[in-house]
Amino acid sequence: MIGALDRGFRHIGHMVVDGVWKLGVATRFSWFVVSRSGECVRRVQLLLNEIYFCGTLSLIIIIVSGLFVGLVLGLQGYETLKRYGSAEALGTLVALALVRELGPVVAALLFASRAGSAITAKIGIMKATEQLSAMELMAVDPFARVLSPIFWGGVISMPLLAAIFSAVGVFGGYLIGVVIIGVDSGAFWSQMQANVDLQEDILNGLIKSAVFGVAVTLIALFEGYDAPPTAEGVSYAVTRTVVTSALAVLALDFILTSFMFAGV
Amino acid sequence: MHAQQSRTICRQLLNRLPTLATSAAKHSKIQANAAISQPSFETEVQSGASRPDPPVSADDLVELREVEFGYDARPVLTGIDMAIPRGKVVAIMGLSGSGKTTILRLIGGQVKPSGGTIIVDGQRIHELTHRELYALRRRMGMLFQFGALFTDYSVFENVAFPLREHTRLPEALIRDLVMMKLNAVGLRGAAGLKPEALSGGMARRVALARAIALDPMLIMYDEPFTGLDPISTGVIANLIRRLNDALGATSIVVTHDVEASFKIVDYVYFVSAGKVVAEGTPDLLSRSAEPFVQQFVRGETDGPVPFHYPAQTYADDLGLDRRT
Repeated sequence: MIGALDRGFRHIGHMVVDGVWKLGVATRFSWFVVSRSGECVRRVQLLLNEIYFCGTLSLIIIIVSGLFVGLVLGLQGYETLKRYGSAEALGTLVALALVRELGPVVAALLFASRAGSAITAKIGIMKATEQLSAMELMAVDPFARVLSPIFWGGVISMPLLAAIFSAVGVFGGYLIGVVIIGVDSGAFWSQMQANVDLQEDILNGLIKSAVFGVAVTLIALFEGYDAPPTAEGVSYAVTRTVVTSALAVLALDFILTSFMFAGV
Repeated sequence: MHAQQSRTICRQLLNRLPTLATSAAKHSKIQANAAISQPSFETEVQSGASRPDPPVSADDLVELREVEFGYDARPVLTGIDMAIPRGKVVAIMGLSGSGKTTILRLIGGQVKPSGGTIIVDGQRIHELTHRELYALRRRMGMLFQFGALFTDYSVFENVAFPLREHTRLPEALIRDLVMMKLNAVGLRGAAGLKPEALSGGMARRVALARAIALDPMLIMYDEPFTGLDPISTGVIANLIRRLNDALGATSIVVTHDVEASFKIVDYVYFVSAGKVVAEGTPDLLSRSAEPFVQQFVRGETDGPVPFHYPAQTYADDLGLDRRT
């Protein structure tokens, strides 16, 4: 009994120490990535390549998902608002839901699945096949040449993707609400315009998505860089990226929402 | 038009850059320079126990003195002494896991020793700042075990990578230099291929062209013969020797391949249990009476390195005592 308790405490102790250790390593890693950002300014093409890799290649999944989320929001919102006789407020409901919450959060989850996993796999394989070591020995800093451009590519792409997601979602809500169900088009747009605030809603949504971009891209880069140089190691790292990013996005969303919209 | 422009720029830059000119001239001779130079120095084969302090000379490009290194609590190197003379091809041989690749990583400054001193071209590499280390690395080239080519890039782009990163040469000149390097390894025709389209031997030749792109003073080879057919092994071995001589570089070859490496290297260090256990020229080591060297060179299954991993007695494992 005492032996089992002892082992249990030891196990918990090891987990805590390992966790703190990994957090320290990740923080140091993040500092290296950010502090080597000068190369992105000097060689804009590197940054543009990574915006294409993280952002442009994620466009299809973002647009299709945004459209379906907007369609569902339009249907569900209309059914609920109709009960209270305020179906004309459908535009406001769809826009606020997307701009404040669903746009940044769902786009970040999709970004973690599409771009985050690709970043981890790319860095993990570059490490496993000694491409990063080769770069180091050619006197080329992999943090400046590879990791930092990917980081900024992800951070810049994320708010743009979230904005596109929200815009397409609003269009989906319009399609269902106005074109198919027959809500008044003028009421749909004018109520939306009157109730959606640029700073409170749109700007806060963009800040959220930028924070999610930082979190997801750093997690993806770190998991790739920290992955054991084996097929299994890279595979686990990709899984950890998606799971950790999703949890981080949801937790950060709660924290940011608490600060941004408290008392509004 | 392009060729004329290229030649003009080439001439201008070659006049300004004597090192490039030397390199270019040397490369044109590489094809003809098939003769492999023979070792020019000999040292008595000595066992690790009786070996005196290593010679320290200004002629040595790389020196390791009492170098110690370990991963966590596991010691890998426990007092390595080596001297790599300028202009020579030196092999480091030993069993898998004996720390040979770690020695290359230490020389390249990728890991730091826990004890001892590593001097490369007169600089203590483990005491350099980040900037100084990167400046020194620009004069090194390394061929990794499986090439470590950048998979997103073509063969041409791989070889051009160090030139683009470290020089501001015009594109036309970079193209010519890349073609010269690829010609030196016999793969000019493969410039447009992607790494996945290359065989193992070709990938290593491309990696070799990339390693010599900046005309390094030191070229390191990590297991360059692993997994290659006999023809590719011969090609890589000849290239190591010929490029070393043509570029006036110094080469360190980490390998298990006794047959291929003994034909081209000037000097050999045998590493075992974290120490240098024997050293000498290939001829002397071939005749060595040192049991470890004999076993390694002749590929004997049992000897100082036992066939069996340490275990309890066979009878115990089979439970024979209990049955009787």
